[in-house]
Amino acid sequence: MSVVEHSRRGEVTVRDLSKSFALNGQRLDVLRDLQLEVRGGEALAIVGPSGCGKTTLLRVLAGLEQPDRGEILIDGHPVQGVGTERAIIFQEPRLLPWLTVLGNVAFGLTVRGLPADRAEARARHYIRLVGLAAFEKAYPRQLSGGMAQRVGIARALTVQPGILLLDEPLGALDAMTKLTMQEELARIWREEKVTMILVTHDLEEAIFLADRVLMLPNERGSQPRLIDIRLPRPRDRSEPDFVAMRRRLMAEFGLH
Amino acid sequence: MTYQGLDSSVPVPVNVAPGAAILRRGAVRAGAALRRYGLLAGFLAAWQIGATGGWINPTVFPPLDAILAALLQGLSGGALIDDIAISLQRSGLAFAAAVAIGIPLGLFMGQIRAVEQALDPILQFFRQTSALALYPVFILLLGLGEASKVFVIFWATLFPILLATIGGVKEVDRKLIEMAATFGAGRATIFRRVVLPASVPSIFVGLRLSATTALLLLIAAEMIGANKGLGFQVMNAQYNFQIPQMFAAILLLALLGLTANAALVALQRRLCRWAELSSR
Ligand SMILES: Nc1ncnc2c1ncn2[C@@H]1O[C@H](COP(=O)(O)OP(=O)(O)O)[C@@H](O)[C@H]1O
Ligand SMILES: [Mg+2]
Repeated sequence: MSVVEHSRRGEVTVRDLSKSFALNGQRLDVLRDLQLEVRGGEALAIVGPSGCGKTTLLRVLAGLEQPDRGEILIDGHPVQGVGTERAIIFQEPRLLPWLTVLGNVAFGLTVRGLPADRAEARARHYIRLVGLAAFEKAYPRQLSGGMAQRVGIARALTVQPGILLLDEPLGALDAMTKLTMQEELARIWREEKVTMILVTHDLEEAIFLADRVLMLPNERGSQPRLIDIRLPRPRDRSEPDFVAMRRRLMAEFGLH
Repeated sequence: MTYQGLDSSVPVPVNVAPGAAILRRGAVRAGAALRRYGLLAGFLAAWQIGATGGWINPTVFPPLDAILAALLQGLSGGALIDDIAISLQRSGLAFAAAVAIGIPLGLFMGQIRAVEQALDPILQFFRQTSALALYPVFILLLGLGEASKVFVIFWATLFPILLATIGGVKEVDRKLIEMAATFGAGRATIFRRVVLPASVPSIFVGLRLSATTALLLLIAAEMIGANKGLGFQVMNAQYNFQIPQMFAAILLLALLGLTANAALVALQRRLCRWAELSSR
């Protein structure tokens, strides 16, 4: 590893991570001795069959779940619990229905004690970034699913985290909105220069957004695999290389 | 303008004369009012005509003008004013105490699982015991004066508020709490910024229920052992066979209930505008 890489913010290291749950009195090993290095500013996609532990891994990374063994290091320092350098975006937008779009986006900052006017000034910047400037005063109930999810993204960005954790953020959106949002996520990632760890069940989304794809297996024996996506950006879904990469990932999944 | 109010995306036909539009809007309003209050107006009209025409017994159901006259006389003479004041004082004091104790206690109990579990059986037991059945006990303890009356109303109004507040706190979406926690919010912040606002609609359900209960218990308490108050006036007028006066007091009680409910609804509209947006 070079010195330059070390000085960058948003580096995530996962060491010997294990996590199990008790399910009906039985122990369910979800993550076993997982090792992972995510470079600062990298976009990593986590894919895998349903129930393989994608959400669990992301929740451990976010500090919402305590690992059984192993540790998480951010920029070389071990971390416990939630922290200001990480922000998580869930599959549901989880907006507070009694706050306007502006209030929701400013929420993370006001919770941290920033005065409302300064929090709102910064929130406005990110509301513009996700293209919702006209809806600043709207309440969550007045938004479509895609708009609400963008509010959630803006709220996470407003606290200016070094690491953005996303758990199937576009999973509940319709196909058209999803495509637009993927473009938007690619742009936001480029502009904000954050480390992005994105859980998705959509292989095309993973190839479109990620530098590397982590495939989590569900059978006990097999190992997680990392696949480099060496495609020029901005990416084009119809390019032969893109299509070939998708075919390769599907083959890895055993779909072809 | 009329169409735009409904759906701004529909192009407005420009050749509608403004006079016709105003007429039509007036007709729509009148129709809505008729649907809402038509039956009530018909009922009142039937009462008035029936009583004056002798189809119903006017000694039991005096004509409305006689009731209104009795009401105005009672109000201008000041006799009913005293009763209104004392009734308002009793129910207001009890309701305020129930709010001041029920909401904070409910917020506390809803937050802490162990406390809620320990107190729930007692709460359910007390709730199922009619406050009126306990009134004699309160009279024994507090005497036949104001204290026992206020206390029995307080007792009955406390439970709807308390239970609704506990329910509201317990039903707060865990996912929202977790979201706040990821931004570094501590227990106190989560309580203030998530739990409290999320419980407000449920608390209002309790408040409105309590207001109704307060009035019910007020009347009962005043009928049992009082020499003042609207509930007493209903009983007293009936006893002295002053039927218009009796209905005047009943009318005042109904107005009191309507006013209390309207005030709570208005407050709820102000505090829960976000919830209104969906339910319309
Ligand atoms: N809190 C929990 N308690 C018990 N089992 C859990 C819990 N969370 C997740 N699991 C189990 O762990 C496994 C992985 O879950 P999850 O990480 O949500 O999968 P994914 O997101 O990949 O679909 C599943 O079998 C699930 O049932
Ligand atoms: Mg999941």
